[in-house]
Amino acid sequence: MFALLAVEIPYWGQSLLRVLGGLVAVLLPAGTIVYLFLFKMMSFMQSRLGPMEAGPYGSLQLVAEVGKWLQKEDIQPESADKPIFKMAPIVVLMSTFLLVVVVPFGPDAWFTDFETGVFYALAVSSISVLGILMAGWSSANKYSLLGGLRAAGQLIAYELPMVLAVMGVVIQAGTMNLQQIVFAQNASSMFGFDGVGNPYVLTQFVGFVVFMIAIQAELTQAPFDMPIAESELVSGYMTEYSGFRFLIFFIGEFATAGVFAMIASTLFLGGWGIPFAWFGWTSMDDVSNWMNIAGPIIVITKMLVLTFLIMWVRFTYPRFREDQLQRFAWKVLIPVSLANIMATAVLKVAF
Amino acid sequence: MIAQNIGFAIIAAVMIIAAVRVVTTSNVVHAALWLVVVLSGVAAQYILLAAEFVAVTQVLVYIGAVMVLFLFGTMLTRSRIGRDSGLNNTYWKLGIPVALVLFAAMAVALVNSFGDERMPTDDNIVSTQQVSDQIFGPYLLPFWALSFVLLAAVIGAIVLARKD
Repeated sequence: MFALLAVEIPYWGQSLLRVLGGLVAVLLPAGTIVYLFLFKMMSFMQSRLGPMEAGPYGSLQLVAEVGKWLQKEDIQPESADKPIFKMAPIVVLMSTFLLVVVVPFGPDAWFTDFETGVFYALAVSSISVLGILMAGWSSANKYSLLGGLRAAGQLIAYELPMVLAVMGVVIQAGTMNLQQIVFAQNASSMFGFDGVGNPYVLTQFVGFVVFMIAIQAELTQAPFDMPIAESELVSGYMTEYSGFRFLIFFIGEFATAGVFAMIASTLFLGGWGIPFAWFGWTSMDDVSNWMNIAGPIIVITKMLVLTFLIMWVRFTYPRFREDQLQRFAWKVLIPVSLANIMATAVLKVAF
Repeated sequence: MIAQNIGFAIIAAVMIIAAVRVVTTSNVVHAALWLVVVLSGVAAQYILLAAEFVAVTQVLVYIGAVMVLFLFGTMLTRSRIGRDSGLNNTYWKLGIPVALVLFAAMAVALVNSFGDERMPTDDNIVSTQQVSDQIFGPYLLPFWALSFVLLAAVIGAIVLARKD
């Protein structure tokens, strides 16, 4: 990012740029997902037009919605635990911001080149559970508490298959650094053919499917949306939130979807890279500077493809029952991903 | 080095305040949330020591799993909002000498074994690979023993939870 500008930026300037970049990397996907998928694709799948009045094809509807939420009254329940009630949405959104930090967007365009990148991402994604539990408990509302507890049980259950699914990728790449995982996918070849690199979605297909199911559950999107089931729990832990605080939860939900999709695309689809053989790059230093511009665009494109999958499933399948959810996690996903780790480790040693 | 010391002092102060609040607050859920602050402080201190892997493990295990289970449990059983009475054990004063003895023992042990030794300022970043080489090399036996203890605990939990 900074090599491209060919100027020396002081440390505080770099930090400022990183914060601004993080804001863009969280809010841009959230806005795009809400307009493109939640407004337009959902309407198309349900044979209606969706918002059409604000701006061309309703593209400014988002601005109207944000304005609506900002001017709504901020209501807090009388018997709520007010400090925790106010903190909860911020904790949820903070987990999203901590998550985006490890996603690489180009050879030099990264926020932090964390050595234990994948591990870190899995760790901070579990912080959002705390925020949800706080929201559910502090609302002083039975439905909210039930929603919070359901969310915690679900997130604990699906954290495990997610970690185990990623293990296959880590074994195959031999590193937990996301930047090097990108490099490993784009610089390697399959049986001597290096035209498409070696995106792990091909060799780790089982891991990819398990990971996508796990993030669907982790994001509490349908069919895993029991924590916010509106017909039984009146939106669960979000019931008592209104106005700006609800907006934070709403942004957090879709921003996390985008960030998880970015991490999935980095782990399984080759991230910001294009097969390095196309341009004869053999090491990380060979990669041209223009990849710092093209990289983010490639990541966003892959992210949109993956969020399309997430939303497609969301709008298609009916909600699971609570026992079906737990049974699916513990009796299907975890054994499958353990078998995947075994197979990957054996093949890694064999080749 | 100066900046690190200042960072250490700030984090340590926050941790001490939070730790005191854990035992003085009159609400169980608040105590658990203050404990979250203490444990995140520990993770931050690990980061200051350039122990990346341990810091991330701290967040994953303690904040992501242990504290969530704590909160889950307390919210499921005694989830009142507001002040709770009778949280203090009648023997709580016994904890003070125990804490003092523990502190003295640890201080003596640390000073005796390290004394004036300083941590190397550079090149003390331990990579994850080194950590795993140590665990699966010289420390393989303790690792296995720990795994067996955990396995026994898991089986014990299943046996206790089964009705039939």
